[in-house]
Amino acid sequence: MNPSLGVNIGGLILKNPVMTASGTFGYGEEYAEFLNLNRLGAVVVKGLSLKPKEGNPVPRIVETASGMLNAIGLQNIGVERFIADKMPFLRRFDTKVVCNFFGDTIDEYIQVAEVLSRTDGIHALEMNVSCPNKQAEWCVFGTDPKVLNEVVTSVRKVCRVPLIVKLSPNVTNIAHMAKVAEDSGADAVSLINTITGMAIDIRSRRPVLANKIGGLSGPAIKPVAVRMVWEVFNAVRIPIIGMGGIMNGADALEFLIAGARGIAVGTANFINPTATVDIIDELEQFLHDEKLSDVSEIIGSLRI
Amino acid sequence: MSKLFRATVTAHLDVNTGFRLLTLQPNCLVAVPDPGQFYMLQAGATHDPLLKRPFSYFRAENGTISFLYRIRGKGTRAIAALREGETISLIGPLGNTYPMPSGEFIAVAGGIGIASLFSLLGAADGRAVLFWGGRTANELLMPEAVKALVGSAVITTDDGTAGRKSLITEPLKEYLALNAHLPVYTCGSAPMMRAVANACAEVGTRCFVSLEAYMACGVGACLGCVVKIMDADYPEGKYRSVCKDGPVFNASTVVWESRR
Repeated sequence: MNPSLGVNIGGLILKNPVMTASGTFGYGEEYAEFLNLNRLGAVVVKGLSLKPKEGNPVPRIVETASGMLNAIGLQNIGVERFIADKMPFLRRFDTKVVCNFFGDTIDEYIQVAEVLSRTDGIHALEMNVSCPNKQAEWCVFGTDPKVLNEVVTSVRKVCRVPLIVKLSPNVTNIAHMAKVAEDSGADAVSLINTITGMAIDIRSRRPVLANKIGGLSGPAIKPVAVRMVWEVFNAVRIPIIGMGGIMNGADALEFLIAGARGIAVGTANFINPTATVDIIDELEQFLHDEKLSDVSEIIGSLRI
Repeated sequence: MSKLFRATVTAHLDVNTGFRLLTLQPNCLVAVPDPGQFYMLQAGATHDPLLKRPFSYFRAENGTISFLYRIRGKGTRAIAALREGETISLIGPLGNTYPMPSGEFIAVAGGIGIASLFSLLGAADGRAVLFWGGRTANELLMPEAVKALVGSAVITTDDGTAGRKSLITEPLKEYLALNAHLPVYTCGSAPMMRAVANACAEVGTRCFVSLEAYMACGVGACLGCVVKIMDADYPEGKYRSVCKDGPVFNASTVVWESRR
C-alpha cells in the first residue's frame, strides 16, 4: 500500500508536504510546461504587494559557493493584476494556492491580506516579514518582536484563511520570533527566508549586486535552516514549513525529521524544474522503504 | 516533448584558445530551436557550480545541437571538462527568436556573439552582409564556416591581427550611410551593441539586439535577468525578463543602463 503523504498545516490541508518557495516558482504558469502542478501540495506564488513593484536595478543575482545571492527587490505585478490575470490559471489545478505577500506599512499588509483572503481559490496567505519597514527606516518587520507582534496581530484580524508567517533568519533568536508569531495568531510559520549576504568584485572593489547586499539561498544555507527549524519546533505548537537549500528527497527528510510538517523547494526549481515532483517521489519511496504508512510518523522524529 | 532533458556529448572540440565547440545528441525527442533561442546548460551533478548557464545554440542539424562558447568561469570550466559520451542537463529551447528578415539585412557580431547569429545567417541563404569585430583574431571563431553563409563579410580587430584595425562600428557606419534601409541584427558585448543601436538610430533603420544577462532559471521565474524596455505604456521603461521577453529586443526600446 502507498504511504499517506497528506498533512494539515494550521488548517491548510495538503495532499503532500511539498510546496514551492515564494519567488522561485513565479505565479505557477512559468513551470506548468515542465511538471503537473496537480501533484504539488501547494504552489506558493511570488510575493505580492498592493501596487505593482519594479524591483531593484541589475545585477540582481550572483552565484556563490553552492548558493546564490539575490536582490530582486520584490518585483511583482500587484494584487489586482494577480487576481485578474493569474488566478484563473491557478484555479484550474487541484493544488492549494498560497499567496505570499508583503507591505511597506502595516496598513498595506492589512489591505493586501483583506483582498487576497477574500479571493476564491486562495487557500492560505504567507506573510513576508523580511522586507524593510518604511515607517522605521533601519529595520525589517520580522526582526523586532514588538513590530512583528503588531503586524501579525493586525493581519490576523482581517485574514479569513490560514495565516503563515515567514520568518527571517537574520535574528539572534529565531525561536523567540516564532513564539511571537504564534502568540500573535499565526496558524503556522515558514522558515527560513534567505540569509543576508554580500559578494565583492575584487578588481573594481565594488559590491557585485547593485543593491550591495542580497539574500543567500541554495544548498549553502541548508544546515542553518535545519538547525533553525529544530529550534522553532522545540519552541512552538503551531506547524512549521521548512525550507532552505532543499535539492532532493533526502534534504526534505532532514527538515521533516527536525520538525517541519511541510517543506518548500526554492532555488532547486531553477536548476531542475521538476525538483518538487522528484522530491515527492523520493519521500514516498523513503516511507515505503522504512515501512512507514504515514508521513506524520517521520515529522519531528529526531532522536537525541 | 520536455524542455528539460539530458543529452550525450558526441563531439567536443577546441576552436581557438579559450573557446570550444560542444555537440550534443539529446537523449529523447526534443523541440527544434529557432534562430535567437538559447538553452540553459549544466555539467556534473554537484552543487558547485550550482546554477545552469545560458548559451545561444550555434547549430541544430541532424538531431544534434551544438554550442560555441568561451571558457570564462567555473560553470564553463565544468562544461569544458566534458568528454565524448558523457551527459549534460539542459533546459530549452528558451526565449524568443530573431524576426526573420524578408530580404537583405546586416548582421553585426562582436566576437563570440557570432554563436547567436550563426543560425540566423544559416537560415537566411546568403542574404546577410556581416560585420564582425573582435579584440584579436583569436576571438573570430570558425571564420570559414561563417563566411560561407553570408553574401559578404567585413572584419575588424582592435589590434589589427585580422581585417581592418578599428572598432566594427566604423565600417558599419560607412555602410549604413549608403544602405540605411537595411535592418540590422546584432549580438556582442553590451557596449558594442549599444554603439550599433546608436548608429542605426542615427540613420533611422531598425535594429534587433540579442542581449546577454546573468540568469538563474531561464523561464521568467527568478526575475534576475531583467532589462528596462520602453513601450507606449512605459515611456521610461519597465523591467522585462531577458530570458522570456527576450533575448531579442528591438534596440530602440532598450534602456541601456550602465552596468559595472
